[in-house]
Amino acid sequence: MEIEAFENPSPIAWCPGCGNFAILGAVKQALADMGFKPHEVILVSGIGQAAKLPHYLKCNFFNGLHGRALPAATAIRIANTELPVIVIGGDGDTYGEGGNHFLHGIRRNANLTLITHNNQVFGLTRGQASPTAEKGFVTRVQTHGVFLTPMNPLAVALALEAPFVARGFTGRARHLTDLIKEAVAFEGFSLVDVLQPCVSFDHVHTFQWYKERVYDLEEAGHDPGHIDGAIQKAREWGERIPLGIFYSNPEKPTYEAQSPVLSGGPLVDRHPDPKRVEKLIDSFF
Amino acid sequence: MAEELNIMVAGAAGQGMQTIGFVLGKILVRGGCEVFAVQDNESRIRGGHNFFHIRAGRKPVMASAMPLQVLVALNQESIEKHRDEVEPRGIIVFDSDKCTVPQGDDRLLGLPLEQMAVDKGGNRLFENSVAIGAVLAIVGWEFKRLEDFLEGYFATKADTAAGNVKAARAGYQWALERATKYEALQIDFAPSEPKMFITGHEAVALGALASACQFMSAYPMSPSTSILTYLAGKADDFDMVVEQAEDEIAAVNMAIGASYGGLRSLTATSGGGFSLMTEAFGLAGVMEVPLVVVEAQRPGPATGLPTRTEQGDLLFVLHASQGEFPRAILAPGTAGQAFYATIKAFDLAEKYQIPVAILTDQFLADSYFTEPRFDLSRVSMERHLLTEEEARGAKGYKRYLVTESGISPRSIPSAFGLEVAADGHEHDEYGHITEDREMRRRMVDKRFRKMKSLAREIASPRLMGHPKAELLLVGWGSIYGPLAEAVGILNRRGIPVGGAHLDELWPFPSEALSRILQGARRWAVVENNCTGQLARLIQMEIQMKPDRAILKYDGRPFTAAEIVEGFTGEMEEK
Ligand SMILES: Cc1ncc(C[n+]2csc(CCOP(=O)(O)OP(=O)(O)O)c2C)c(N)n1
Ligand code: SF4
Repeated sequence: MEIEAFENPSPIAWCPGCGNFAILGAVKQALADMGFKPHEVILVSGIGQAAKLPHYLKCNFFNGLHGRALPAATAIRIANTELPVIVIGGDGDTYGEGGNHFLHGIRRNANLTLITHNNQVFGLTRGQASPTAEKGFVTRVQTHGVFLTPMNPLAVALALEAPFVARGFTGRARHLTDLIKEAVAFEGFSLVDVLQPCVSFDHVHTFQWYKERVYDLEEAGHDPGHIDGAIQKAREWGERIPLGIFYSNPEKPTYEAQSPVLSGGPLVDRHPDPKRVEKLIDSFF
Repeated sequence: MAEELNIMVAGAAGQGMQTIGFVLGKILVRGGCEVFAVQDNESRIRGGHNFFHIRAGRKPVMASAMPLQVLVALNQESIEKHRDEVEPRGIIVFDSDKCTVPQGDDRLLGLPLEQMAVDKGGNRLFENSVAIGAVLAIVGWEFKRLEDFLEGYFATKADTAAGNVKAARAGYQWALERATKYEALQIDFAPSEPKMFITGHEAVALGALASACQFMSAYPMSPSTSILTYLAGKADDFDMVVEQAEDEIAAVNMAIGASYGGLRSLTATSGGGFSLMTEAFGLAGVMEVPLVVVEAQRPGPATGLPTRTEQGDLLFVLHASQGEFPRAILAPGTAGQAFYATIKAFDLAEKYQIPVAILTDQFLADSYFTEPRFDLSRVSMERHLLTEEEARGAKGYKRYLVTESGISPRSIPSAFGLEVAADGHEHDEYGHITEDREMRRRMVDKRFRKMKSLAREIASPRLMGHPKAELLLVGWGSIYGPLAEAVGILNRRGIPVGGAHLDELWPFPSEALSRILQGARRWAVVENNCTGQLARLIQMEIQMKPDRAILKYDGRPFTAAEIVEGFTGEMEEK
């Protein structure tokens, strides 16, 4: 499939130079490389600058409420287990408003890919701190600088034994594309947290700041088969910031595989006959 | 012989009132009686004071009534609380080992329930059967009816069946020896066409299955949980997934997701949970994704009275969510109405691509009704989706095409090679975000154009009582049974009263109700709330004001007698 198949002429509302463009490109390239046609994938998102992404390519899309993409995506998947479902959100959307769904989405382990644009800020509401914002980040709301402990989404996901946990960076487009491909191909809940510096509101964690720090886990010889090692890597932040697949456990059974009903083929293709209810009605006599 | 019997089983939570009541009710219905039963529970799992009130009659009954003819008191407190409600010729069955009773009350009939269960049945748990046996003897029915029932009920567990039958027989014999005295407490056994014995929420669940609902997500909350439980038990056999969500927000967003994905889907909650669902209720509205929500009301605000009843959320559900969008609200009054309302809800949701709320409440949810067999031929399985032919013809599929009817062509993701949009922003015809003024106006108008044909689907209020009555009682939802009975009582007393019941509330049946109200000289609303929400809705929609409001908001349902009393106090010529 050519990437052009996913082109969509909608005007894009992102700031010029924003890393979101790189993520959009990586998503399109990954889908094209994997041979999907636009009508064969579903993108699900919430609200925020990042969450507008599904509008900027050709696909089935469900753009719902702030923070609520994961529950909707889970049920979309339940309706039709044959279509890949990709969830897109910002860090505020996914880890803030949607924090509870993030925890329980991982617990359910439906076959979804969650791509989070992690920029430490709320972009769309103009620059407040997100749950991943580092200490000291001064905003018009966090006037004394953030003094809360930042949430470490990878470590949280690993604590819940999410079976696929990865980190990408918008400055490494090819690497990001490959991560997305692996995540989409993975059977189960896959998280790709993407470091996406915000050029409008965060002047500390710039493109350059990340560029000087990131390194590739695979090149460093990391074994993604062990959760303890993965957690250790997930806790590494500061001078050196790891990228790549932290953890991958293809053995973990998915929601779909464990649901006795879903093993019978896509629900949407089955047409239960109302007449079957006669038997239940009998039981009330 | 009695025309009608009121039987109450009272005790502490966990003592099995539900079982005794259910079995008695079921046997009475099988014997040709009409039975209505309410459950009154405190918000606790063990202890406290609960009761199960059965009213059985030769004629249809749809509300509770007093006085009691038979009280089965499983503990001391129950005797004290309900003794005065038992009529002088009535009987109070109690466990003689566990209660001390006053001398000289010859209604009292003590038997060692637990001891007899152990001695005869071999298990203390069978004491319920001893009590059921005793009651059956008192109402004058053959033991065989109970024996047959128990054997069918425990069909897979022969030992349990045998033990229960023995225990029940002991209770039966015991009471039979004294049964001659209770002639007035006996009710005819008269076989008739078989009837269902079913609760309001069981009927909703059956309606969902009959509508081929394949997905339900919910977060447990009384009194809605019974729907979740019933459907979870049947899901595997009905190609259905039932998911316990992490909260109500997830539950409703899941239901919307499943619906977008192509399934008929449902969520159920009570007011507190619906408060959390309101944003997504509007999401379904602007996305034009079909959604059915059961809002099982209980008294609020906040946690209110968790196990009790109220009709307090009508205006809340009517206005739920920011912004303006079409919706439908149904409010069935009986189990039968609940079944058909659920079927209609699924059909309306898909036909008009709107959220539909079914307003129930604890009273309707947990009460048992006697109903004729549900008719599955009334199920509409029309999915109102884009056909293959239409899809082939569509060049550049517009999910939100602006149409005359307001209804856009709905397809499901990937079907016929099309990409399908769903968007919660204001959007253009393709479903992409827009802030264009003209497009915004066109989309709002498009959505609201549906209201015109939707309004024609709404049934007129159901009329009862005197056809030319100048005095009219108007109610909605679960008030149906008590209202119908109250109207009957007043008419029998020679007071020509009519009743109008609304079980389909939105779009508001303005024309039909105006006509009805114009024919009345005086009219009152009867509502299970404090502020008269239907009255306010009527004023809002058709600018007519009731002369009176008969309101009850103590967390308990109306009895017909209370409505009659309210009427005579307020409405009769003074
Ligand atoms: C219920 C609700 N609360 C708040 C908002 C306002 N809101 C829109 S986007 C957003 C945060 C976006 O931040 P993030 O998810 O990090 O995405 P970004 O814009 O940075 O890409 C907020 C608070 C909303 N739309 N809905
Ligand atoms: S606000 Fe920041 S993250 Fe959002 S689009 Fe602009 S640059 Fe990108």
